[in-house]
Amino acid sequence: MDVKKFVKGNAIWLVFIAMVIVFSIANPNFIKPSNLVAISRQVAVYGIASIGMTFVILIAGIDLSIGSIITLVNIVCAYMMVNMGVNMWVALLISLVIATLVGVLNGFMVSTIGMPALIATFASQTVFEGIAYLICGGMPISGFDKHFDMFGRWSVGIVPVSAILMIICFAVGSFILNKSYFGRYFYAIGGNEEAAELSGIRVSWMKYLIYALSGFFAGLAGIVMLSRTGSGQATAGLGYEFDVITCVVLGGVSVNGGFGKMSGVVAGVLIIGSLTNGMILMDVNSYMQMVVKGVVLALAVGFDCLSKKRQAS
Amino acid sequence: MKEEYVLELEHIRKEYPGVIALKDVTLRLRRGEILALIGENGAGKSTLIKTCSGAVVPTSGKIRINGKEFERMTPQLAAENGIAIIYQEFNNVGELSAAENLFLGRPIRKGIVIDRKAMEAEAAKAFEQLRIRIDPAELVKNLTVGYQQMIEIAKAIQQNAQVLIMDEPSAPLTSNEVENMFEVVELLRKKGVSIIYISHRLDEIFRLSDRIEVIRDGEYIDTLITKDSTVDQLIRLMVGREMTQNYPPRKPCIDKDRVVLELKNVCGNGNRNMSLQIHAGEVLGLGGLVGAGRTELAEVIFGAARKESGQIFLNGKEISPRSPREAIDLGIALVPEDRKRHGALLTNSIRNNINMSIYRRISFGSVIRSRTERETAETYMKSMAIKAPSIQQQVKNLSGGNQQKVILGKWLAADSRLIIFDEPTRGIDVGAKYEIYKLINSLVEEGRSVLMISSEMEELMGMSDRIIVLSEHRISGELNRDEFDADRIMMYASSIVDEEKEE
Repeated sequence: MDVKKFVKGNAIWLVFIAMVIVFSIANPNFIKPSNLVAISRQVAVYGIASIGMTFVILIAGIDLSIGSIITLVNIVCAYMMVNMGVNMWVALLISLVIATLVGVLNGFMVSTIGMPALIATFASQTVFEGIAYLICGGMPISGFDKHFDMFGRWSVGIVPVSAILMIICFAVGSFILNKSYFGRYFYAIGGNEEAAELSGIRVSWMKYLIYALSGFFAGLAGIVMLSRTGSGQATAGLGYEFDVITCVVLGGVSVNGGFGKMSGVVAGVLIIGSLTNGMILMDVNSYMQMVVKGVVLALAVGFDCLSKKRQAS
Repeated sequence: MKEEYVLELEHIRKEYPGVIALKDVTLRLRRGEILALIGENGAGKSTLIKTCSGAVVPTSGKIRINGKEFERMTPQLAAENGIAIIYQEFNNVGELSAAENLFLGRPIRKGIVIDRKAMEAEAAKAFEQLRIRIDPAELVKNLTVGYQQMIEIAKAIQQNAQVLIMDEPSAPLTSNEVENMFEVVELLRKKGVSIIYISHRLDEIFRLSDRIEVIRDGEYIDTLITKDSTVDQLIRLMVGREMTQNYPPRKPCIDKDRVVLELKNVCGNGNRNMSLQIHAGEVLGLGGLVGAGRTELAEVIFGAARKESGQIFLNGKEISPRSPREAIDLGIALVPEDRKRHGALLTNSIRNNINMSIYRRISFGSVIRSRTERETAETYMKSMAIKAPSIQQQVKNLSGGNQQKVILGKWLAADSRLIIFDEPTRGIDVGAKYEIYKLINSLVEEGRSVLMISSEMEELMGMSDRIIVLSEHRISGELNRDEFDADRIMMYASSIVDEEKEE
């Protein structure tokens, strides 16, 4: 009985372990420390971005703009450092503020105007991707202060700084969700917005906060990426929102809102990270990789919806 | 030989988990008559007619149409056998024309193309038959509610309905529109259509119907010939039961000198000129029919809807709550009618539900003091006698009565001084009802005040210290405890304040 409960509660981690075993057998290089470090570097970007997305999906929303926010931060931060000679820390801070403001704008559209999140964030995705292009004219920007490498390339021992940053972010996210009252509010709003409002939660303010957080974490992810690639590109964040959504949903956060745990999202991130890496090691064609990821997303959502349907009847 | 009855519902019983909605109700509709079906809110009228469309499947009983027997209906079967129901909400598509709505789902076609001309011509004929003046090409959204209803009726007749069931057809209409509707209904009777007419308005029933069937609490009471019956007699049949339920005794606790809530000419959310007072330790009952404006009034006091004019005073100070949050901070609470949609956070734990309104208060910065959180939940789980394995239990797994207690626990944790109950015992079984009543008593005995909306006459009279009755978004009467009288409350509730409608 308890075994069944354990399996049900941790299914996602069991999937992860099974996948690691399969890839290790298929290609022993997979389990080598150097590859694991590589994986942790790769997952840092969408790992960090997935925290904000977790909050958004928890209230049954969606944020399609985070790929664009990553791009925008790449370009804005690089442009300030290289073309304007702004101090690295100042540029970083301004970039994060801008990313957060994009989130606030999303919050305004969703909460105050009442636009569907899908369309509102899709609109800002398009707008800010365009703005990023306009700033850089489509050309990559490189040549940063060598200290800027620290977020994406440096390591402490063998652990990459980016992975440490991701772990800190997950800890913060988990704290917000479990220890602060904001977390309680998020679950309440996701469960039933009307009842949450009538219980005294200012739902519209919370939506602003959540979309702002989503923007902030996407911005942070953008910084890590810029540091890793060493060059600001107008296509940097293209399509990232889908990987991030896949991670969150795979991690068991219900697209209908109200359910989900941060630890599940960690597993989701690790699964997508090792899946991508494992497929590359196994020489899987990159279009085939898209197929696999799409199927994984469909399966994750399908499973969630099926279990909801079964509960309802 | 033709059967005397077109439609017979024989010994219909409908059970829901924990509730019996209908116990052995029989209804027989004669060919070409208008049968009025009356009863209080919640008597089971809607459930009964829904068995005719298949929306409700009876637990037991038989449905006979023109002598053909059915265990249960489906929408298709109902249509094939000539039964049509006009619900209070219409099934029209606003963006389509009157003619297109009339032929919705079965358009007249020329090959694969819809033949608009032919449809409009047919529609014109159909409207002409009912002597309704509607331009068939007009979009339905541009028509008044009265005409939209006419289209529904025309649609039913077009589909050869032999039996027309109308659920409160006059409720959304102005007096002129009601006149027109009556004419159409009488015309239909002449054409041999049999009609079941549900209404709260006794004057309409006396004017239209041939016979009247009364049901109460899901039971068949009596069928009368309209011209041999009186208003008093009907009211007595609808409400006149013995007080079967016991209400827990309450210590005298009203402090007449302390007015907790006072409304002066409050308008808004559909209501007009609401003035009332609630004292400390008092249960003020709010009676009236569904749609009279009781819930709307509660929403205004609770900040969930805005008032347009007038003043609200709480303990002598004028307030104007703009959100539930503000109202809660002022000490006002609302236990809503639809527990699952507006009250409890079903997917959250008991602990989270009870603490939901006070999280900011029990947090250090934004960090919850988890011990306080747990202890608060345990305190109210115990004092409310909530039956659940632990405070971690999801609220959706609790019974209706226990869910109600969780909601109440939340408001006690928030130290609310004025608690508004909207149908406090709806969908709750008898034993749990008694517990809720005891909790309401203990609230007022502690000096809190209660505003209780209830459609159950017994509950209203059994629990209230004073009753205010609403009708058509106005206060139509007030009774002190020694004046309580079901007939009078019913009179106030169904009184029509006609000059309002024309505004």
